[in-house]
Amino acid sequence: MSGPSNYNPQNPVLKWVERRLPIGGLIHSSFVAYPTPRNLNYWWTFGAILSMMLGVQIITGIILAMHYTPHVDLAFKSVELIVRDVNYGWLLRYLHSNGASMFFIAVYIHMFRGLYYGSYKEPREVLWILGVIIYLLMMATGFMGYVLPWGQMSFWGATVITNLFGAIPYVGDSIVTLLWGGYSVGNPTLNRFFSLHYLLPFVIAGVVVLHVWALHVSGQNNPAGVEPKTEKDTVPFTPYATVKDAFGMSCFLLFFAWFIFYIPNYLGDPDNYIPANPAVTPAHIVPEWYYLPFYAILRSIPNKLAGVIAMFAAIIVLAFLPWLDSARTRSSKYRPLAKQFFWIFVVVCIGLGYLGAQPPEGIYVIAGRVLTVAYFAYFLIVLPILSRIETARPLPNSIAEDVLRKTGSTKTPMVSTMIALAVGGALMLGAAGKASAADDSHGLTPPSLKWSFAGPLGKFDQGQLQRGLKVYKEVCSSCHGLSYVAFRNLSDPGGPGYSPAQAAAFASDYKVKDGPNDAGDMFERPGRPADYFPSPFPNEQAARAANGGAYPPDLSLIAKARGYERGFPQFVFDAFIQFQEKGPNYIDALMQGYEEKAPAGFALPEGSYYNKYFPGHSIKMPKPLNDGQVTFDDGSPATVQQYAKDVSAFLMWAAEPHLEARKRTGLQVFIFLIVLSGLLYFTKKKVWADAH
Amino acid sequence: MTSSTSAEPTRRDFLYVATGAVGAVGAAAVAWPLISQMNPDASTIAAGAPIEVDLAPIATGQDIKVFWRGKPIYIMNRTKKQIDEARSVPVSSLPDPQSDQSRVKEGHDQWLVVIGICTHLGCIPIAHEGAYDGFFCPCHGSVYDSSGRIRQGPAPLNLAVPPYAFVSDTKIKIG
Ligand code: FES
Repeated sequence: MSGPSNYNPQNPVLKWVERRLPIGGLIHSSFVAYPTPRNLNYWWTFGAILSMMLGVQIITGIILAMHYTPHVDLAFKSVELIVRDVNYGWLLRYLHSNGASMFFIAVYIHMFRGLYYGSYKEPREVLWILGVIIYLLMMATGFMGYVLPWGQMSFWGATVITNLFGAIPYVGDSIVTLLWGGYSVGNPTLNRFFSLHYLLPFVIAGVVVLHVWALHVSGQNNPAGVEPKTEKDTVPFTPYATVKDAFGMSCFLLFFAWFIFYIPNYLGDPDNYIPANPAVTPAHIVPEWYYLPFYAILRSIPNKLAGVIAMFAAIIVLAFLPWLDSARTRSSKYRPLAKQFFWIFVVVCIGLGYLGAQPPEGIYVIAGRVLTVAYFAYFLIVLPILSRIETARPLPNSIAEDVLRKTGSTKTPMVSTMIALAVGGALMLGAAGKASAADDSHGLTPPSLKWSFAGPLGKFDQGQLQRGLKVYKEVCSSCHGLSYVAFRNLSDPGGPGYSPAQAAAFASDYKVKDGPNDAGDMFERPGRPADYFPSPFPNEQAARAANGGAYPPDLSLIAKARGYERGFPQFVFDAFIQFQEKGPNYIDALMQGYEEKAPAGFALPEGSYYNKYFPGHSIKMPKPLNDGQVTFDDGSPATVQQYAKDVSAFLMWAAEPHLEARKRTGLQVFIFLIVLSGLLYFTKKKVWADAH
Repeated sequence: MTSSTSAEPTRRDFLYVATGAVGAVGAAAVAWPLISQMNPDASTIAAGAPIEVDLAPIATGQDIKVFWRGKPIYIMNRTKKQIDEARSVPVSSLPDPQSDQSRVKEGHDQWLVVIGICTHLGCIPIAHEGAYDGFFCPCHGSVYDSSGRIRQGPAPLNLAVPPYAFVSDTKIKIG
């Protein structure tokens, strides 16, 4: 496609280099003069968006690795300290964690686009297979990255996924041991996952180079699916494709920024804010949303080995697509039947994604099996048959003709774009939702309260944080630690608003263990601003012994580590209304959810208390708050309701101390990106004005 | 037609320049957090708060090494001989002229408090070694006197005096 380079540098230095290493000519022929079909639509900008996302992930990842500690005792804490203490650490972490999701959203759109327009067909088979390899590498990278924060989902996800390999006959157990580097998932596992998580993105980058190379040999496919024949069918990559891609990327960044700044934990699981605990499995293990369809396939098959094979086959089958679909016509635009089945297939994938998030019981299992069959049937039955029986509509003679035809009627592409957008959004959101069926063991859904820190302009109420701190100090702190919060944080901007002197005075009320001193002894001294809130118990065993076997959790992250289901379709709306207040709602409800007597028929175990909102209803913590227990200096009512709300807000701040900075930065970023996207849009229009 | 063609290029150029400029501003704004994250984080800064050191256990002629902000600090209880040596040398003859008086706190003349990092390339000099009753850096042979001033060797400057103050006669606060 790309003919001999017409790159002729005038600058003598460039000339000198070019004679010895023709890199300028390579860049020029690949990204400047490279002819690109003139009828490409915006679905084609996802290639550029994916390159951008790979760059974002690599850059933020390298930076996070500068602050991260891959050790089972320190990994969770080091991630928290990145978020709390490193300059812009919260931004970098949310960029990286949400960036993974954005990367997958973009890759799924890119893949569905290839599927719809037949981009895998002759002569682009190798290009497509390289893409499947990139996708597999992305899945491995994403999985290992999710393990690194060493939360509960990290640990149990690692356990479940590595155990998949145990299904392999004869050698399975040995392979699993090899992956773990031990008798279970542990420190060696974390270390090697960190190493590989750092390595694989560069492997991806290498395969991306091959992918782009193959693309530049065979040329880009296009919505009409006819090859460019004359000069009139193409436009040079720069400025046409560059400015269009730039506009696409800018719009995608707007979407990305919504997640980073306003709903950074929407796609994550609250359980991953609980440090990994090899002794307790979370009630409901769910992988990251982008694996859910395959997870659903795995669970649909009631045999370990067969399930694993089916899951991997679901991905591998993509590599054979060029031969399964042998129809001569590429674009589904001209294949009425293939087009319908394509959309059915999209719905099947979304359905599988939804089911992957549901508990594996009852109707969900049956639905999962039906959709699994449908998934494979699309590739193994529908496409091979269609390619033999379907008569395609007449193709345009050339791309130029396609462009002319399109300018005549712009309605159809608009409609299909709308459908695709809606489906794409639903795909992402549908799969993201971890709505599980409300069963009896779950608590009641907590009421949604109004919080000052909700919404795009939300801010903490300083008075409320101060009152909440008082409740924590006088009540909660006798059993619960707050070990990631330092006294100095009390004077941080966006917090309870104390002065550094007040924070120091507050700290000096505490006794902190320090040492060893010159004589080798540990000693106690008054707290300093740099110290963290001391925990009430020296270790978990002591805490359990003092609390009837229950372990009062540390409260630093509790507001992000607790959630509940909002159900479909509410969880979809939550992404738009920026709902991120499950934690405080739950804590508030729990504080007030105690009932004197368990309802008739409920067997309350000895030493437990009945709470409406606690999952399972039987809680070991006695009712912590009572009217009049804490006196507020500001005249706020001394009621349980007031205490509960204040302490919930305080714990939200403790879990997300940079919330205000995040939302403020978000507003600036949004204004900037809207301006940039607008300018790029008009620039794009100007550039393309003479191409249509 | 003629008027529109003459107006067109300028409007177009303006749009291109504006778009490019906004993009460049964005790139610069992105670079800021990526670079700023390399600075000490909040916990490191907080841990660098002033420390108090009790001088009572240090006998005359002895020294201790304490750490502040990751740097070793020598606190030396100097003998009369050391003080006299430091004060008898003509200041102008020194590579980095500074009087001993200006390097200690008035009224506490026996206490020398210096950052124990060689001003050559950062090694840690050994106390009570070298020809001047002060410090000797084993890395490249810099010799400091009993006031921590450079006397011989490749180091260009005297050992730095950290910010400190006497809280009481036997206690200093460094930082
Ligand atoms: S570092 Fe001390 S003499 Fe070179």
